[in-house]
Amino acid sequence: MTETPLTRNINPEKGPTDLTAYEANGGYQAVRDTIGQADPKSVLETISDANLRGRGGAGFPTGMKWSFVPAPSDTGHRYLVANADEMEPGTFKDRLLMEFDPHQLVEGMILSAYTISADIGYIFIRHEYHTAIQRLREAIQQAEDRNYLGNNIQGSQFSFKLHVHVSAGRYICGEETALLNSLEGKRAIPRAKPPFPQVSGLWGRPTIVNNVETLCNIPHIIANGADWFKSLGIGKDAGTKLYGVSGRVNNPGCWELPIGTTGREIVEQHAAGMKKGYSLRGFLPGGASTDFLIDEHLDLPMDYESIQQAGSRMGTGTMIILDDKTCPVGMVANLEKFFARESCGFCTPCREGLPWVKEILDTIEAGDGQPGDIETLERQAKFIGGLGNTHCAHAPGAIEPLTSGLKYFRDDFEAHIKDQKCRYSQEAVR
Amino acid sequence: MNVANNNLINALSAGEIAEIEAEITHLPDRKSAAIDALKIVQHHRGWISDESLSSIAQLLGVANAELDAIATFYNLIYRQPVGEQVILFCDSVSCWIMDGDKMCDAVKSRLNIDYGETTADNKYTLLPVTCLGACDHAPVLMVGDTLHSDLTTDKVDEIFK
Amino acid sequence: MTVIHVDGKEYEVEPGSNLLEALLSAGLDVPYFCWHPAMGSVGACRQCAVVQYANDDDTQGRIIMSCMTPVTDNARFSVATESASGFRESVIENLMLNHPHDCPVCEEGGECHLQDMTVMVGHRDRQYTGKKRTHKNQYLGPLVGHEMNRCITCYRCVRFYQDYAGGSDLAAFSSRDKVYFGRAEDGVLENEFAGNLVDVCPTGVFTDKTLSKHYTRKWDLQSAATICMGCAQGCNTYTSERYGEVRRVHNRFHQDVNGYFLCDRGRFGAGFVNSDDRIKQAGIRRDDGLYEAVSLAEAVSQASDMINASQRVVGIGSARASLESNQALRTLVGADNYCNGMADIEREMHAIIIEALKSDIATPSMREVEQYDAILILGEDITNHAPRLALSVRQATRNKAGEMAVETKLALWQDAAVRELAQNSLSPLMIATPTQDRLDDVATLSTRLDSAGIARLGFAIADQLHDIKIAEDDALEATVSAITETLSAAKRPLVISGTSSRNADVMRSAANVAAALKEINPNTGLCLCASECNSVGVALMDNEHSLTALLGSSPDTVVVLENDLATTLGADFKQIASSIKNLVVIDHLDNATASMSDLVLPAATFAEAEGTYVNNEGRAQRSMAVFVPGHHGAASDIKASYHLLDNLADRSRTSSEVRAEMVSHSPQLQKVIDAAPSEDFTVRGSKIARMSHRASGRTAMLADVSVHEPQQPADADSAMTFSMEGVQQQAPASLRAFTWSPEWNSNQSIMKFQESVAGSDRFGISGALLVEKTQPPVVYDATVKQIGQLVPQHHIFGSDPLSNHAEELASLAPQLYIKMNDQAAGELGVSSDDGLSYQADGQSLEFRVIIDNAIPDNCLVYPLVPDTDCLTGLDEVSLTRIDDWTPPGPAGKAQLITSDRAN
Ligand SMILES: Cc1cc2nc3c(=O)[nH]c(=O)nc-3n(C[C@H](O)[C@H](O)[C@H](O)COP(=O)(O)O)c2cc1C
Ligand code: SF4
Ligand code: FES
Repeated sequence: MTETPLTRNINPEKGPTDLTAYEANGGYQAVRDTIGQADPKSVLETISDANLRGRGGAGFPTGMKWSFVPAPSDTGHRYLVANADEMEPGTFKDRLLMEFDPHQLVEGMILSAYTISADIGYIFIRHEYHTAIQRLREAIQQAEDRNYLGNNIQGSQFSFKLHVHVSAGRYICGEETALLNSLEGKRAIPRAKPPFPQVSGLWGRPTIVNNVETLCNIPHIIANGADWFKSLGIGKDAGTKLYGVSGRVNNPGCWELPIGTTGREIVEQHAAGMKKGYSLRGFLPGGASTDFLIDEHLDLPMDYESIQQAGSRMGTGTMIILDDKTCPVGMVANLEKFFARESCGFCTPCREGLPWVKEILDTIEAGDGQPGDIETLERQAKFIGGLGNTHCAHAPGAIEPLTSGLKYFRDDFEAHIKDQKCRYSQEAVR
Repeated sequence: MNVANNNLINALSAGEIAEIEAEITHLPDRKSAAIDALKIVQHHRGWISDESLSSIAQLLGVANAELDAIATFYNLIYRQPVGEQVILFCDSVSCWIMDGDKMCDAVKSRLNIDYGETTADNKYTLLPVTCLGACDHAPVLMVGDTLHSDLTTDKVDEIFK
Repeated sequence: MTVIHVDGKEYEVEPGSNLLEALLSAGLDVPYFCWHPAMGSVGACRQCAVVQYANDDDTQGRIIMSCMTPVTDNARFSVATESASGFRESVIENLMLNHPHDCPVCEEGGECHLQDMTVMVGHRDRQYTGKKRTHKNQYLGPLVGHEMNRCITCYRCVRFYQDYAGGSDLAAFSSRDKVYFGRAEDGVLENEFAGNLVDVCPTGVFTDKTLSKHYTRKWDLQSAATICMGCAQGCNTYTSERYGEVRRVHNRFHQDVNGYFLCDRGRFGAGFVNSDDRIKQAGIRRDDGLYEAVSLAEAVSQASDMINASQRVVGIGSARASLESNQALRTLVGADNYCNGMADIEREMHAIIIEALKSDIATPSMREVEQYDAILILGEDITNHAPRLALSVRQATRNKAGEMAVETKLALWQDAAVRELAQNSLSPLMIATPTQDRLDDVATLSTRLDSAGIARLGFAIADQLHDIKIAEDDALEATVSAITETLSAAKRPLVISGTSSRNADVMRSAANVAAALKEINPNTGLCLCASECNSVGVALMDNEHSLTALLGSSPDTVVVLENDLATTLGADFKQIASSIKNLVVIDHLDNATASMSDLVLPAATFAEAEGTYVNNEGRAQRSMAVFVPGHHGAASDIKASYHLLDNLADRSRTSSEVRAEMVSHSPQLQKVIDAAPSEDFTVRGSKIARMSHRASGRTAMLADVSVHEPQQPADADSAMTFSMEGVQQQAPASLRAFTWSPEWNSNQSIMKFQESVAGSDRFGISGALLVEKTQPPVVYDATVKQIGQLVPQHHIFGSDPLSNHAEELASLAPQLYIKMNDQAAGELGVSSDDGLSYQADGQSLEFRVIIDNAIPDNCLVYPLVPDTDCLTGLDEVSLTRIDDWTPPGPAGKAQLITSDRAN
C-alpha cells in the first residue's frame, strides 16, 4: 500500500478532520518539534533536499523559491500567502485538502512561515469555497487557542498570525503577483518580475506565495525527512501528487498517488476508464492551460519533465478528457472564451488577441468559418503565446490548448470550415 | 478621520462599519480593505449601489472612482441589483463536456432568464462562473452558498421547483 | 558607458537605462505606447518588443520588451529581425481590432502617435471581420473631450492622472477588452493638470476641447515658441493660430523648466487673446465723457500732444508686460518717472526674491525641484499660484521611493514596481498654509496658520536651526522641532515660499530658514514664487520707484502699460484713478483702468508680439509672436506695446534695438540678449518658418476677399517668417515653431530634438539665467507684523487677470465665498451656506459662507478674483449676514479645490 500523507485523514464520507483527530494522527507534532527548536536554515535545507516542486502549476522548486527571501534585516512584516484560488478549469484538488483537512494547511503554513521568518499569513481563497472558508476559519481559531498560531508560538520567540482572505472572483487572482495586488485591495493586475515577491511582495515586503497542496506537504517532509519524501515518488520527482480526472470517464475524481504515476493508470484504474460508448481522443494533463496530449501519451509518467517533453505541462495534475463524441473545436472555443473573459486587460496580446481567437473559433464552430481562419488562429497563437510576449503567464497558458488542438485535431477544424457545420452537434449521441 | 460627521458614511449600518473596521485592523492601511469592504456591504445588501460605493469610499478615504475601479474589476462584486439569490453556473470546460450547456439552457428556460438577468419575482439572478472546482461532479451550479452537482434536467427542475 | 550591439552595430548607451530609452536616444525608431519619458515603463502595450540574444551563438533569441529590459554591457539585440518586427506588427493589428479608424474626423489625426506607430510597423491590411466594442463617452468638463472608442488601453492616462499628478477622479474601470478610462460619473475633471491627458494619450481619446471648437489640423496651424503668461514659472508653450485666432496651446519641452507637462491655466488660458473684451482699436474720451474709436494715427498724435504738453509724465509699467515694452515705456517717460507697476507690497516681496536670486543659495528650476528630498512650503498655495511647480513638488515626494528602489537594486524606470515597493513612503513635504492644500495628500506634515503665524513658524525654525531654543510655552514648538529635525536630516532640503499670501514677513522667514540651513548643508535650495510672468524681470529692471509715490507726485499724464490698477491698487484704486488728469492706457483687454482712461491704445498680446519674460529663477525667456493681428482680414491697429510706445515718441525700433538700449541702461539684464537669437539669425541663410511645409490652403485662406495671393507680412522683430518658407527642424529651441520629424508627427517627436531622451535640446537651449549667485544670503530681522483677518485665496482658474478672459476657464472660476472656522462663524453669526454681504464705496458683494474648521481662528478666506479686487489691501472688513439668502446657482469650482480625499 503506497503512502498517502496528504489525504490520510481525508474521508469525505466522514466529514472534516477536526483538531482532535488531526492531533491524534500526529498532527502539529512537527510544529511542537520545530518551532523554536530547529534552526530555520536547517528546515529550509530539508525542504530543498526533499525536492518538493510547487503544485500550483509551474512546478518551481519550493526550497529554491524560499531561499530567495532575504534574511530579515529590519522589523517590517514578512508574508506567507497560500494560493487557494483554484480557478483553473478542470482543477479540483485544493478544495478537497481544505474542506476535509484544514489543519494540515494551517500546520503547513506555520512551519513554512517559521522557515522564511514570516509573521503574517493569508489564505487567499476563492469566494465560492464557502465550506472550506468556514472550516479554515475554525481551524485557525482552534490553532490559535492551542498557541500553534499567534504570539510566541509554543513558548518560542516566533509569532505568526494567519488570516483568511476571501476573493471577489477573477481567475487572474490566482497568478501570484495579481493575487498580491488583490490582497492589497487593488485591481488584480499582475506585476512585472523582477522584482520577485520574495524581495518586494505584499505591500512591498518580502513575500512567499505557495499553492495549497505545496504547503500541505511541508509538515510531512519536516516530520519524516527529505529522503522519505523522495522515496514517495516514482520517477525523478518527489512526493505524492493529487491527480484528478474529469470528463466522460466512469469514475471521475481526485486521488493521491505517487508522483510519476502514468496517465493510463490514472485514467484506466482510478477513473475506471471511459464511459461506455466513448473513447479517449485526447486530454489536457493538468488543467485548462496545458497543451492537449493524445492516447499515446497516456503511458508517460505524470511528472514535470516527462509531460514537458511530450509538449505539454503537468500543470495542476488534474486531467480533462476529450472524448470522441465531443467536438474538439467546441472544446477549444469553450476554453478560449474562458481565457478571453478572464484576461485582466493589461497587456495587448492577451486583452485583444484572445477575444479575436474566441471570435474565430465561435464562427468556425457555428459553421461560418472561412478559408484562412486556421492560419489567422496560428498567427494569433504565436503572437499571444510566445514566451515573453505578454506581461504574465495567463496568455501563454491560454493559448496552449489552441496550439496543440490545431496540431492534433486539425482535421476537425478543417472539416468545420469546409462543411460549414459541426458534425458532433449533429450526432447528438447524448 | 471623523466618521460621525459624515452623512454618507451613515448610510452604512453600524454593523457594516464595525465589520469593515475589523478587517482594517490586520491591514497596513485603510484602502487595502477595499475589496473586503465591498464584500461586507454586498453581503448585507445584495449589491453595491452608487450610494454604498460612495459611503465605503469615504469610510476608506479613497475617491469614488478609485473604489469603482476596483469594484468593476471583480466579477463577484455586483454593481447592479441582483435577485435574492445568485445562481453561478459553471460554464468551464469540464462542465461543458458533460453537457453543461444543456443544463444551463434548462435553467434558463425554467426561470425564463438569460445570463445577467433576474427573474421577474426577483428571486434569482443567473451568472456564468469560472470552474467551481467540482469537475468530478460536472455539470455543477451554485445557488447562493449551495453547490448542486451532477446536474440533470430533472435535478434542475428539482432545484428550481 | 555601456556598450550594446543592435543589429550588428555597436552603441554606447547610458548605464542603468532601459533598452527602449537607449535605442531612442541612439536615434533608432522603436515603436512604443505605454512607456513615457517622464513616467517610466510598465510593459503594458508590448509594442516596444525587440529580440535579445543570449550570446554570440544564439541565433534565435527571444522576444523582450525593450522598455522593461535594462541595458547590460555587451548585450545583443535586434530591432529589425523578422520575429521582432512581425510581433510588433501584430501588436498594432490587435490594438486596431476595436479602434474605430475614424482618423478623418479625429482631432488627433495628423499628429497621432497611433498613426505614426501604425505606419512605422507597416501594418496595413485588415483581417479582423468581427464587430467592434463601443463605449459611451463622458462629459469631462469644458476643457477635455472624451472619445473612448479610440482607446488602445495603454494606461498612460491613469498613470499620469493618478500616479503622476495625484488626481483621484479618473480611473481604469472594468477589465479584459472592456477596460474603460473615465470618471465614476460625468463631471469636470478635478485635477489641475488634466489637460496633459491630451498630450499623454497616444491617440484621440482625450482631446483639447478648446481646439475642437474651431478645429484645425496640426499642419495648418501657424505656431511659435511662446512663454506662458499664466504665472511666474515661465513654462514653455507652443501657441498656434489660424484665421487670426489662437487655436491651441500645448506643451513645449524645456529640460529645466516644464519638461513634458503644463498646468491647465497655461494650456487653456490663452483664449484671452480671442476674447470679446479685446481692445482692438484706439479710443479717445470726448468731452461728453463718451469714448470714441479713432484711428491709431490719430490716437498716437493726440497722446503725443498730451505728453508734450505735460509738466510731468509718469509711466506705470507692468509685471505681465514684456521687458521690451517696459523698457520702451521707461525710455518714453524717463527712468525717474517710470515704475515697474507693482503695488508697494509686491515690490517689497519681489525685492526679497531678487536678493534670494543673488544669494549663493541654489534657486532650483522646476526639474531640479524634483531632486530635493525634504521640502518645506511656507504660506504658498503653489497648486493655485504656481501650478506647474506643484507637479514638480509632488514628484519630489517620490525620492524616498527612489532611495528604496536603489537599495533593492530596482531601476527607477520600473514605475509600477517602484510604487509597489514604496507603498505610502514619501520624502518629507511639510506645508504651512492657512487653508487646505492640494498637496496635503502627499504631505508628511500639514499645519494651518494665518500668514503671521506662518512667518513666526518660519523664524522659529530658522532660530532652532541656529540652536536658539524657542519659548517653552510656544504652541508651535512641536511643529518647529519636527520640521527642523527633518530639514537638518535631509540631503537636499528645499524651502518654498512666495508672494501669494501678500505677506513679506512670510518670505523673509523662508529666506532665513534657507540661510540657516545653508550653513549646515550646502545643498539647500530656496524657491520663492513671484506673482506674474514677468515680475522678476521688471523687478530686476527697476524695483526702486514706488507706484504710489509716482502717482502721488501730481503727474499731469500717466501712461499705464498693460496694468489694471484696480487689481494692483485694490481698495485705493478709485480714488487714485479719479485724481489723474490724463490717463493713457496701453492694453489688450478691457478692464477697470481702461474704462477710466482718457485714451486707449490697442496692445498686442504675447501671441502677437515678441517679448522677453523672466521667471522665478531669473530665467529670461523669449516668447515669439505667433501671428500678426488682423492680418487675415482688415488691417489692424493692434501693435506690440513697445512699438506703440516708440510711436508716441515718434520712434520706430526693432525689439532687439529696444533690448540693446535696455541692457545698456540696466547691465544686470545683459544676458537677456542670449535668451534667443535676434532677427538677423539664420540657419544656412534661411529664417525660421512658423508653418509646416504641409500647411495647406494658406494662399487660399483669403480667396473670398481677393483671388490674388496676399503677401505674407514680414517679421522685422525676429528671425522668423509668417509662412512655411524657411527652416523648421534645425531651428534652435527658442525659435522652433513646432516639433515634427519625419515619421514622428505627434508631440513625441520631441525626442528627435533631444540629446538623449528627456535631455537638453540638440539645437541649443532656450533662455538664459540672468542673475549671478554670488552674494551671501541676506538674513532678515525676525519681526512679524500683525495682519488683518482677510486671507486671499488664489485660484488656478479665476485669479489670473488674463486667463480669466478665456471663456472655458472663466466658467470654472469660483463663485464668491468666505471660508472660516466655527469660531469665526460664531462671531459673525452665520452658518454654512448663509450669505454674507460686503458693501463699501458703492460696491456690493455677496459671499457664500463655507465652514472649514481647518482654517485658523479669525481668518476669513476669500477668493482672489476680479470681483474681490476691492478687498485687496484692506485690513478689516465689515460683513453682514444676508437674511433669506439663496445662493446663486450651484457652487462652482471653489468646492472642488478643497481636497477630495479624506485625510
Ligand atoms: C493565470 C494564472 C492563474 C493561476 N492560478 C493559480 C491558482 O488558482 N492556484 C495556484 O496555486 N496557482 C495558480 N497559478 C500559479 C501561481 O502563479 C503560482 O505559480 C503558484 O501559486 C505558486 O505556488 P507553488 O510554487 O506552490 O506552485 C496561476 C498562474 C497563472 C499564470
Ligand atoms: S497576459 Fe493577460 S492576464 Fe496577464 S497581464 Fe497580460 S492581459 Fe493581464
Ligand atoms: S512601451 Fe514597452 S511595453 Fe509599452
